[in-house]
Amino acid sequence: MSRNTLFDKVWQLHKVSSLPGGADQVFIGLHLIHEVTSPQAFGALKDKNLKVKFPERTIATVDHIVPTDNQTRPFKDNLAEQMINTLEKNCIENKIKFFNIGSGNQGIVHVVAPELGLTQPGMTIACGDSHTSTHGAFGSIAFGIGTSQVRDVLATQTIAMNKLKVRQIWCKNKLSSGVFAKDLVLYIIQKLGVKAGVGYAYEFAGPAISNLSMEERMTICNMSIEGGARCGYINPDQKTFSYIKDKLFSPKNEDWDRAINWWKSLKSEKNASYDDVVEIDASNVDPTVTWGITPAQSVGINQKIPSKLEIDPNDRFIADEAYDYMGFKPGQLIKNTPIDVCFIGSCTNGRISDLRVAAKVVQHSKVAKNVKAFVVPGSEKVAKEAKEEGLDKIFQDAGFQWREPGCSMCLAMNSDKLTGNQISASSSNRNFKGRQGSPSGRTLLMSPAMVAAAAISGKVTDVREFIKK
Amino acid sequence: MRNKFSPPTGKLTTVVGKPIMLIGDDIDTDRIIPARFLKCVSFDNLGQSVFADDRKKLDGRHPFDLEKNQGASILIVNSNFGCGSSREHAPQALLRWGIRTIIGESFAEIFYSNCIAIGVPCFTLSKELIKNIQNIKNQDNDLFEINILESTVKYGSMKLNLEIKNSSKKMFLSGEWDATSTLLENLNLIEKKINELPYVKFNKSLH
Repeated sequence: MSRNTLFDKVWQLHKVSSLPGGADQVFIGLHLIHEVTSPQAFGALKDKNLKVKFPERTIATVDHIVPTDNQTRPFKDNLAEQMINTLEKNCIENKIKFFNIGSGNQGIVHVVAPELGLTQPGMTIACGDSHTSTHGAFGSIAFGIGTSQVRDVLATQTIAMNKLKVRQIWCKNKLSSGVFAKDLVLYIIQKLGVKAGVGYAYEFAGPAISNLSMEERMTICNMSIEGGARCGYINPDQKTFSYIKDKLFSPKNEDWDRAINWWKSLKSEKNASYDDVVEIDASNVDPTVTWGITPAQSVGINQKIPSKLEIDPNDRFIADEAYDYMGFKPGQLIKNTPIDVCFIGSCTNGRISDLRVAAKVVQHSKVAKNVKAFVVPGSEKVAKEAKEEGLDKIFQDAGFQWREPGCSMCLAMNSDKLTGNQISASSSNRNFKGRQGSPSGRTLLMSPAMVAAAAISGKVTDVREFIKK
Repeated sequence: MRNKFSPPTGKLTTVVGKPIMLIGDDIDTDRIIPARFLKCVSFDNLGQSVFADDRKKLDGRHPFDLEKNQGASILIVNSNFGCGSSREHAPQALLRWGIRTIIGESFAEIFYSNCIAIGVPCFTLSKELIKNIQNIKNQDNDLFEINILESTVKYGSMKLNLEIKNSSKKMFLSGEWDATSTLLENLNLIEKKINELPYVKFNKSLH
């Protein structure tokens, strides 16, 4: 059993009671909601004649269904309009703070909360979205919940949950040049598999992790869930504190000093014990691309798609499905695979540093013929900053479309979708069958820099060749 | 699909019904209910859209479309079922199609907790035993009988022991799997807790 880890400390602090069944009742410090998974929860609350217990601890924004081309209201899509409308009403009725389109603070919920300083070390954070694990980058314990649990948090600010085990993923050495956080997390998932994390919180640690910026750390924690771990976190350090300082909701003046002192006390102790420890050598990671239909089915850019014999017997069934769905053959190189659509965005890689890296790759180049490429900033703040730096211009000059903030083609709940069996190079998080809006659409996950390189060359390319130029 | 839907309520002790076999590992929630069907403010109409894309592709040959499986309520799956997004729409769609309980090799975590929250018990069995069950021809149309207290499944002359988390089992047997009321019983402890949290004190701007 784990002891003296950040996870143990934060869990203990938030534990309200031991429930009769054996689960713990855990207090949720920050609750984030959006339009897709909250309406039924508010409905259930009404049915039970209950009120929101601590409305100031819930923050709302709209992200999944928003169009990224024309955001004029009412939206062209009636169902999308109905969903945003319902959220607006629920927030007004229940006195919940809502960052709507045009507020300057709207965006993907996992981009918005950190940039507003809402996400802080030592908090428990829940949201009806599996990528809530993103917030663990700040040393908070953050996880996705379903709609019934959204209802429970609204009604009681607590949920019933079994305590997770803790696996430390120690990343030694450093990432080499042209290799990014996305590559590292895809590599980790490839090594451990998509279900290794079930029942665990992942603590990402070691020199390769300390070396990452806060935004890169968010990319890592964001994809914990793709490795099966509902929660992933990184111990807070000076980078964490600097990122939070002077944000809209960060503690100010003497409160800031008190906050820092407390945050410093949270990290896993030197004598902490873990339920499991895994070591990863970050210097072995190459630019990584998925070839299949789970995020674990990936290879380094110069590697071949594995043959069935090279695959663990337990993973062969899904490998067969992947070869068939993707139309790739075992032994084929992923490099030079022609691309139809390039998508830069999402809660994994739609932040300003992601856009900066990608812009550097596309600057003075043109998007390949027959490739549709578009950038969807993660939030209104990211979009504003990018415009101030002229990144929007760089992308547009290269032939990218520059869009309004939202989740967009990560899950294709708006009109941004693949058609037919198009192949996308995508900076998002899931390559599931049909994920990007076409039942036969194919997704290759990669870093935003790699997506940018693919856009220019029209095929999967090693971005390091671009950086050298 | 059943015409009249009534959600599970109260104590759950047994589930008796026809099994439906769905073969495949890592079946994610995007496959169970594709994202375009999440554009709704209620779960009511999700049943018909369960596995929409997979079913369309198989053109009537998907297990959820086969005549013999209509009215089935016990879903038999393989490993890491329900991985991916936290959308409760996935178990809600299964439930509204008619699934009342699931037996599998393993489940993704958020999917599992969503099932428990809406009253759909999930049991696990070894890979081998799942395979055996999935290969049953079941010519006689024997019903599966799941006993939650004993954690067993009976069909024909066979009886197997199932695994279920103790906390989930207790909740179903006591009828307290609808968590809100249980959590609300500790309202005084919740109010005490919020006053103990350091960050509530130094984050005044939220109030």
